Amino acid sequence: MPDSFVIAVASGKGGTGKTTIATNLAHYVAQLGQKVQYLDCDVEEPNGHIFLKPQIDVSQKATVDIPQVDLAKCTGCGKCGEICQYSAIVCVKQNVLVFEQLCHSCGGCWLVCPADAIEAMPLDIGEIEFGKAGNVDFAHGKLRIGYVRTPSLIKEVKKHIKEDYLAIVDVPPGTSCPVVESLKGTNFVLLVTEPTPFGLNDLKLAVALVREMNLPFAVVINRDGVGNDEVEKYCRTESIDIALKLPDDRRIAEAYSSGEMIVDILSKYKEQFSKVYKYLESVKTKHNEKRRLRIRRKNNS
Amino acid sequence: MDSKVDPRFGRAAYFAIIDTETMDFSAIENESAAAAGGAGISSAKVVIDAGAEAVLTGNCGPNAERTLSAANAKLYIGATGTVAEAVELFKSGKLTEAAGPNVQPRFGMEE
Repeated sequence: MPDSFVIAVASGKGGTGKTTIATNLAHYVAQLGQKVQYLDCDVEEPNGHIFLKPQIDVSQKATVDIPQVDLAKCTGCGKCGEICQYSAIVCVKQNVLVFEQLCHSCGGCWLVCPADAIEAMPLDIGEIEFGKAGNVDFAHGKLRIGYVRTPSLIKEVKKHIKEDYLAIVDVPPGTSCPVVESLKGTNFVLLVTEPTPFGLNDLKLAVALVREMNLPFAVVINRDGVGNDEVEKYCRTESIDIALKLPDDRRIAEAYSSGEMIVDILSKYKEQFSKVYKYLESVKTKHNEKRRLRIRRKNNS
Repeated sequence: MDSKVDPRFGRAAYFAIIDTETMDFSAIENESAAAAGGAGISSAKVVIDAGAEAVLTGNCGPNAERTLSAANAKLYIGATGTVAEAVELFKSGKLTEAAGPNVQPRFGMEE
């Protein structure tokens, strides 16, 4: 069994500091000499590269399949349109129209076509770039403007998660499809929030999502000291671990605004990230024990 | 016939299929009125399959317009008042045929 462990950094509310946490954690772990990978899955507006400043070595196109109809073969039966849940393909009077922006690339239309008149054609939806940011293995997806295939591109980015690495997935904000796609298959989620009513409201939505997905998680409170203590009260009531509290410090904002890493220029916060890392290590140990137990049980039965 | 014309094509609750010679009509419930997306396309498919050669509506987006024109159905935008009044306007030639869509996709959702 490979020793990979995938951490997602997510939040219900936007702008709480996902990228700050994810990039600093990756940077810190790399400094320890551990194998670490950072994957920016916020493909609509990736910004981890601004802080990690990777040297991009490889770029590859990402595509999805959309239907291409050969009207010479088409019998106008309309089965393609009947199976499509998004009206992305429609048959009207012997004419078949494809609306590529609505297509979700499920492949139903070309499977169901009795005349074999539909072929899968690749559609360019963006690119994935790979590189090195110091010792951090870097990857991010960049969605092609006007082609809203966010989950598809995220899925492609995540195919590049490396074995034997601590992989840190920077998740887009919110609780919608791109978030679900980013969280799928990860081993642990850090939910970043700020201690405000707005932060708490959206944290609750995010907690509901990760619970629905059966993912273990902990909370990170960023800008601790602003707002109130309702987030902490909520975490206590719900027995949710708080993995890190990063204080509301003007110098952190200054570092952020000039694209600097907190752990580089504010050494006192290095300790905070060291604590998070230790916390994650203990989570990983527990996770691996459970995995071993599962395997043993399977082998015994 | 006394119902108001919906200003939105794809999100209209019903389609009235009318024979303008005899004024015989039937109503079809629009199952995609509350669809997440693609309502214009499936609405166009429904009225085409019901035999409509022309569509009178308040507004129409590009996807519905493309579907209608693929079936050579004519499109008349700007119909107001009751269904009967819209048909009268059409018959008296006061509705002009639309050269294309007049609203963006998802227009019918902006409420």
